[in-house]
Amino acid sequence: MSGAHGILPLTLREVRYMAGGRNIIDGISSEIAAGPTTIILGANGAGKSVLMRLMHGLLRPTSGEIAWHGQGAERVRRAQAMVFQRPVMLRRSALANILYALELARVPAAGREAQAMDALREVGLAEVAQRPARVLSGGEQQRLALARAWALHPEVLFLDEPTANLDPGATREIENVIKAFDASGTKIVMSTHNLGQARRLGDEVLFIHQGRLVERASVDAFFRQPTSTEAAAFVKGELPWV
Amino acid sequence: MSELGGIVALSLAVSLSAVLLATLLGLPLGAAIAVGRFPGRRALIVLLNALMGLPPVVVGLLVYLLLSRAGPLGELGLLFTPPAMVIAQTFLVLPIIAALCRQSVEDAWVEYEEQLRSLGAHGLRAALTLVWDIRFSLVTTVLAGLGRALAEVGAVIIVGGNIDGVTRVMTTTIALETSKGDLPLALSLGFVLIALVIALNAAAHLIKEAAQRRYG
Repeated sequence: MSGAHGILPLTLREVRYMAGGRNIIDGISSEIAAGPTTIILGANGAGKSVLMRLMHGLLRPTSGEIAWHGQGAERVRRAQAMVFQRPVMLRRSALANILYALELARVPAAGREAQAMDALREVGLAEVAQRPARVLSGGEQQRLALARAWALHPEVLFLDEPTANLDPGATREIENVIKAFDASGTKIVMSTHNLGQARRLGDEVLFIHQGRLVERASVDAFFRQPTSTEAAAFVKGELPWV
Repeated sequence: MSELGGIVALSLAVSLSAVLLATLLGLPLGAAIAVGRFPGRRALIVLLNALMGLPPVVVGLLVYLLLSRAGPLGELGLLFTPPAMVIAQTFLVLPIIAALCRQSVEDAWVEYEEQLRSLGAHGLRAALTLVWDIRFSLVTTVLAGLGRALAEVGAVIIVGGNIDGVTRVMTTTIALETSKGDLPLALSLGFVLIALVIALNAAAHLIKEAAQRRYG
């Protein structure tokens, strides 16, 4: 799905985002390339969610530049999907929620249902396809959100703390779906403050502290020997969880 | 008693028609204002909210001028007919439904905005998605409009003329019988009106509850 004609790499140049008179994101420059699963790690309030929203295009940077490789805003938008910390489901069946997303993505009507059912099977929700989405459990709703993203066949998938509200069992199921996503060739960019999860799913880490990119390293290197004092403190669990 | 039945039936026909029209116009209008960003939006919201308190007699007077023989729509010959009453009540109910819908959709937008924008829903498409998704809470909005329509007397008496057997509805009958001194009849009609409003609200509430249990 990635490759020569994809929208990656994503380039950030001196990206700044101000809200309420303070810099939430304070001059981040980086490049997100196809391939490795990228973990955006940091304490609560570090700016992880805002950074993901800037990348996904839900927020506009106050200054700086966010550039995708590839032409056309519409193409760039359709090549990405995002799953939020709290899934927002429409008051219709699980299947209809996916069909709605496919319709917005201008998938021809004839192929939508098969594509949606494939996605539901992928996350293990085929049996509840006709159930109203809002009466599913929290874990099922998050898996449905992943299925909705899956059906869109994105080149890049943003995951904003997708298991923050879930119990360990549901978290494991979500992580399995994320691994399957990764195996299918989708570029994963995930924010988390969960060190175990970062280790289980990640290939590289972008460590964010107070709106700045403090450290970037492979997961192995980051956990073996973080180079910055902030990252070392965070890994040791010493950083206050603001 | 069959005459009374006719009066009740006309009341319901006029007010339900007006609410239907006002709903078809008011929900998209309210949703569009909720989701849209355009100059003068805040002024429009204030105006819409203020129009919820439109005095029925003033609406009646304006529609009367519109439909009277010398008025711009006089040729239609609608004055003192049930359609004229429907038009007047539609104007009366429209701001209520549009303003309350605007508020509900705007509250829902806070929850849905990021997800819908991420999926690529914008503008009118997003607005209509929201209206459909909060359809159960909008039942209350429509009921507020229905209550207003069934209860008002000022507008229908001016544009309808309270003609026996043609444009006489429950509220105008109550007003007339009270002024004639037939208080028992006026009072019993009043109870019928109240019972009707309660029954309609109860039915709507039960439907809403059942649907909400089903869809969450």
